[in-house]
Amino acid sequence: MPAVSKGDGMRGLAVFISDIRNCKSKEAEIKRINKELANIRSKFKGDKALDGYSKKKYVCKLLFIFLLGHDIDFGHMEAVNLLSSNKYTEKQIGYLFISVLVNSNSELIRLINNAIKNDLASRNPTFMCLALHCIANVGSREMGEAFAADIPRILVAGDSMDSVKQSAALCLLRLYKASPDLVPMGEWTARVVHLLNDQHMGVVTAAVSLITCLCKKNPDDFKTCISLAVSRLSRIVSSASTDLQDYTYYFVPAPWLSVKLLRLLQCYPPPEDAAVKGRLVECLETVLNKAQEPPKSKKVQHSNAKNAILFETISLIIHYDSEPNLLVRACNQLGQFLQHRETNLRYLALESMCTLASSEFSHEAVKTHIDTVINALKTERDVSVRQRAADLLYAMCDRSNAKQIVSEMLRYLETADYAIREEIVLKVAILAEKYAVDYSWYVDTILNLIRIAGDYVSEEVWYRVLQIVTNRDDVQGYAAKTVFEALQAPACHENMVKVGGYILGEFGNLIAGDPRSSPPVQFSLLHSKFHLCSVATRALLLSTYIKFINLFPETKATIQGVLRAGSQLRNADVELQQRAVEYLTLSSVASTDVLATVLEEMPPFPERESSILAKLKRKKGPGAASALDDGRRDPSSNDINGGVEPTPSTVSTPSPSADLLGLRAAPPPAAPPASAGAGNLLVDVFDGPAAQPSLGPTPEEAFLRFVCKNNGVLFENQLLQIGVKSEFRQNLGRMYLFYGNKTSVQFQNFSPTVVHPGDLQTHILSLAVQTKRVAAQVDGGAQVQQVLNIECLRDFLTPPLLSVRFRYGGAPQALTLKLPVTINKFFQPTEMAAQDFFQRWKQLSLPQQEAQKIFKANHPMDAEVTKAKLLGFGSALLDNVDPNPENFVGAGIIQTKALQVGCLLRLEPNAQAQMYRLTLRTSKESVSRHLCELLAQQF
Amino acid sequence: MCMRFMLLFSRQGKLRLQKWYLATSDKERKKMVRELMQVVLARKPKMCSFLEWRDLKVVYKRYASLYFCCAIEGQDNELITLELIHRYVELLDKYFGSVCELDIIFNFEKAYFILDEFLMGGDVQDTSKKSVLKAIEQADLLQEGDESPESAVMSEPGLSWL
Repeated sequence: MPAVSKGDGMRGLAVFISDIRNCKSKEAEIKRINKELANIRSKFKGDKALDGYSKKKYVCKLLFIFLLGHDIDFGHMEAVNLLSSNKYTEKQIGYLFISVLVNSNSELIRLINNAIKNDLASRNPTFMCLALHCIANVGSREMGEAFAADIPRILVAGDSMDSVKQSAALCLLRLYKASPDLVPMGEWTARVVHLLNDQHMGVVTAAVSLITCLCKKNPDDFKTCISLAVSRLSRIVSSASTDLQDYTYYFVPAPWLSVKLLRLLQCYPPPEDAAVKGRLVECLETVLNKAQEPPKSKKVQHSNAKNAILFETISLIIHYDSEPNLLVRACNQLGQFLQHRETNLRYLALESMCTLASSEFSHEAVKTHIDTVINALKTERDVSVRQRAADLLYAMCDRSNAKQIVSEMLRYLETADYAIREEIVLKVAILAEKYAVDYSWYVDTILNLIRIAGDYVSEEVWYRVLQIVTNRDDVQGYAAKTVFEALQAPACHENMVKVGGYILGEFGNLIAGDPRSSPPVQFSLLHSKFHLCSVATRALLLSTYIKFINLFPETKATIQGVLRAGSQLRNADVELQQRAVEYLTLSSVASTDVLATVLEEMPPFPERESSILAKLKRKKGPGAASALDDGRRDPSSNDINGGVEPTPSTVSTPSPSADLLGLRAAPPPAAPPASAGAGNLLVDVFDGPAAQPSLGPTPEEAFLRFVCKNNGVLFENQLLQIGVKSEFRQNLGRMYLFYGNKTSVQFQNFSPTVVHPGDLQTHILSLAVQTKRVAAQVDGGAQVQQVLNIECLRDFLTPPLLSVRFRYGGAPQALTLKLPVTINKFFQPTEMAAQDFFQRWKQLSLPQQEAQKIFKANHPMDAEVTKAKLLGFGSALLDNVDPNPENFVGAGIIQTKALQVGCLLRLEPNAQAQMYRLTLRTSKESVSRHLCELLAQQF
Repeated sequence: MCMRFMLLFSRQGKLRLQKWYLATSDKERKKMVRELMQVVLARKPKMCSFLEWRDLKVVYKRYASLYFCCAIEGQDNELITLELIHRYVELLDKYFGSVCELDIIFNFEKAYFILDEFLMGGDVQDTSKKSVLKAIEQADLLQEGDESPESAVMSEPGLSWL
């Protein structure tokens, strides 16, 4: 028996509970419950009116039965009756039943609301608190409508008891989160902020949460809370460990309130007021200093509470991302935790360092801990800690340590838990691609991945290696040689056969000179794997064979023999049979010219966001990942043949010969597979389903509008609006992206990321874009802001892409937009006299330095508008240079980190013809052409 | 801070208390409870108290035979949540006097009342042990005289955990 049974024991209830506990089997338990339910039902239906105590007891039994996991479909009315009892314990049980069992049975809610209304008006603080709890627990819209207006009044009323204020604050918070539109803003909001100064710590603790939520939605209206929060925090942080009496927790003063205040401050950028900022920095330093002090207690509660504040402090420092000194101190502190004996601290340190790694100030400091992190990956006993270590290695990876990190992750993969293998595979694949200095290393890495964890190498990963090998001719020979060697292993993974088959089919000729890998050897090696493979792989190999016939005519007879074999021509699988029949016919009917055209090498794939990256992002949203994977693994989708090979068999016609005729008449054969097959599967694997159509201008139009301006709406559809504010100075830029949720439903797994399409092609990063993480949830009606720091390293043509994915009501949403960063943003206007201008103009007279366009006006030709656009474009406008006053002449310098490009421009409007002639001269050919194209689309 | 739900369950996988701070259908609740209990019960002692689960963070701690398990959102502070669990245990302990699992089984309604005084809508209402217990004791005093406390019948070896 429990040591105490305080309050009112209910004997019947205790007996019932012990009966249940004594049941020997599930069946016996169910029998006992059914008996009790029948009993209660008859009592409730009986003629004799039940007294309050019995009602309470039976309602409590029902509650117990419900909590055991059984459904309860009656008793609600009796519980509602208890609400209007004037005995506290009866009322309390009534409210408990309602808050546990009632979701939104509207008829009942009206009755409940009545009782709540009475209790709120009762001026009895305990009754009021019960009512407020019930509102917060049910939190339905209907309750919001009934009470949202009353609660602010209770909250700020001078005569409300402290406990009522606390309940009112959190109740209001709950309603505001559920339906912000129902809570009227008004005079009370100003007074709420001043609750930060309240004498009663409990009131402050409750109120901070409400204020934080209000700040997130209306940052400007609540700015005054910054200084109040800072001074409150400063008082707590500097107080002695016993000052706050009961709010001191194991010698730590008010840890919950401190954490909440630090969270509140994370709604804002660093304070503008120097005094406030100074005081805050002092607080943050005090917290960091205290971490170095000897503990005041050996209890884990002491260190946990202290470190909770420390981690929140570090979050704020990372959020500000502007105090290099504090960032490095934070990093050192976390470094100490990496070796702490408490698993919890190691876990949190690894997690927190991940975000530090993305700050330019602390990235290097984080990197110094690489050995400890690698060690954690190898030795931690807890898989969730190892996962954090893998995440951190991924975050701290850059060109300087990529080889080390990738090889460590590969080694880890051999023994990694099955649960996280796929994620590790994706991460390795991304790092290998992103930081590949030489592509032979990249190919080696991916083949190693297949060797070590072939089952976890998803299609995206091996598709990607094929894309890259196809697009880069300097690695093709190496790739062919390496896969050939890999295939010689007695047992190799089927994914290796796929990659090998595809690469040899495309580039086998590059190693055919070596007698050890002559065409017949290549063929027999591949064919030795054929019979062990799945249908999909065999289909791919058949395509490789037909490609061999084209590459190596000497293998024709052998391969035709294979195709002709009964096991192929009469294969039970329609796809294999069709391929065998068509390829055989193709090889015998078509002339070598036709064959060469049909089976030509695949054209390069259009470069877009890495599909693996997209996959990893999807994995982060667990629901999304599985849904998409299921769709993709649909066996009927014929991925191999549709995706990788330009095979005639994808054109489904009943007769093979008709098919061939069709082929002959077809346009250049490279085109259709690239757009139809490859486009669907290979490159677009990351295109999320059901992207909502955009409102207003198309994304391309919106993008063009940003060429001459820095602020505006980049994108808008029914769900989401994306606004942009940006400023650029020299080769640096800062861009604020505002994501507005236009719905009333929370977006989940919200993750906007920026990717550089040109990255891989050139090896050279032309733009460095730093993004800050944003919250993974965006509440209905809310707006979140993301800051991008941009550095232009060299001139570039393609803008970075912004990829936004999130879940809306369960459905994954994805869109990819061009980020409005064009080379002209880094223009610095230059003023010069006419004489200078003409001298420079002549200096840039090489034909490739000039780009010119003559084009029709798309907008009314207005000199003022034109002027504004040219200024927005970034160049200086020079007066009195051109002899014709109608013409515009401009000059400027494009600032990149690597070089500066001087630019001169001249725009000649011809109002009669409604035409313009635009001439650009710069020291760099590609820049001239690109600027000319950009600007010509503006008029 | 925003807690989504709190669960108390035994080592044998019996749910002792559940508190949901976000409207969730019965079916979904049952599924989540089952899934999460399995994950947590499979973990060994000494493993860290935090794990990523679905799109939430789970913070749990075992006291004797009972697991206390909170689901919080991505931005929330894990350590302070761990101490929030501890403070709740302290409150139970203070109220029942060396609380054990049986206290919570037989007086589940009290366990709820204490939790409600401490947390509301998934957020900390008051962290002072004194004020929370004062509120509960006041409520006990409000009870009617005619219902004298009855001592119950069970007795089981103490499972005191503090």
